[in-house]
Amino acid sequence: MEPNGTWVYAITERVDVTPLAQIGGVGGRPVRTVAAAGLTAVAEDVDLAEFGEEALRRNLEDLDWLETTARAHHRVIDAVAQQGPLVPMRLATVYSGDARIAAMLTQREADFRSALRRISGRMEWGVKAYADRQPEASDDSAVTAGASRPGGGAGAAYLQRRRNQLTAQKNARRETLASAEMIHAELARYAAETRVHTPQAPQLTGIKAPMILNAAYLLDGTRGEDFAAAVAALADQHPGLRLELTGPWPPYSFAGTGEEGGLT
Amino acid sequence: MTTARVMQPGAEAAQAYGSSMGGGQVANLGDILERVLDKGLVIAGDIQVNLLDIELLTIKLRLVIASLETAREVGIDWWERDPWLSAKAFDRAADGRDLEQENVQLRERVKELESGRSRREIPRTGRKSRGT
Repeated sequence: MEPNGTWVYAITERVDVTPLAQIGGVGGRPVRTVAAAGLTAVAEDVDLAEFGEEALRRNLEDLDWLETTARAHHRVIDAVAQQGPLVPMRLATVYSGDARIAAMLTQREADFRSALRRISGRMEWGVKAYADRQPEASDDSAVTAGASRPGGGAGAAYLQRRRNQLTAQKNARRETLASAEMIHAELARYAAETRVHTPQAPQLTGIKAPMILNAAYLLDGTRGEDFAAAVAALADQHPGLRLELTGPWPPYSFAGTGEEGGLT
Repeated sequence: MTTARVMQPGAEAAQAYGSSMGGGQVANLGDILERVLDKGLVIAGDIQVNLLDIELLTIKLRLVIASLETAREVGIDWWERDPWLSAKAFDRAADGRDLEQENVQLRERVKELESGRSRREIPRTGRKSRGT
């Protein structure tokens, strides 16, 4: 089938597509570029039978298709990011042809240039914190054991124990959340910009311990090692938390050009 | 002991630090989906697909869409109800109605028991029975 749509991966100033030839894109066609206004869109021709509106609605419901496509989208963006600053596009940004892409580049040239300047020489790192040590669950056995001898004091003692349990739980949670805030504040010192994302659910992470911090840090290229060392030091200082560092990522979390919440 | 692994997302792995980690945590599909679906620049292409309209994202993968704004839009706010993740929710649960209610019930029960009018067991009043 003839391709009749164009998938856009990212906007950059210039890119050499030669190294991208080995990288499979979302639809199996070569990754190519569309240039206008001194900017370059990294793109791929796609069939609307698979990537059109109707098809996307259907395909995005298919977890296997979504995973394959998301990984391909990321793979291309990651490869382009090795060459220089880029503004990653959200998954499923599809145009009807080069003229429309060129018009978009021209219309938003100032936004793109400003975003590229902010991102230039920087990469995104992700830090997640999990609360490994959860507060003790209510000790029901102790509660009932005390209560099985009704008489003066047993009830009052029960109430006191229960109160202590709740206080301990509350304090442990407060401490954990405070630790997460402290960790973020410390790590933010290394970053040009930060974004705090919503914690991922245990079903998604496959980790039972609740995630209490999910943050992204935009770091100058030279700061990665210092940052990793800082994460390791913070992990030592907070034995009740598990810290996870990922990166470097293309600057997905910092791609906004001003209209979408990015810095202007 | 602190464990550390150095890998890149492109290699689909991550560094992990933690006492009980026992090894690196693979940068999962969730990490990638979180970024390509929820981050990245949104520009309306010619093909209009609102990712939030996709049933998958509101049902099977709803937890992937992790930003507060988009999640709220589609009614995904599990973390706000999870007392572990929300100090506010927890304080509300611990300091507010629930505890008060529990205390009232317990005091009544204790009074009953200490007056010797009842030999029934105290009902379990652990966290599981609260907030229902």
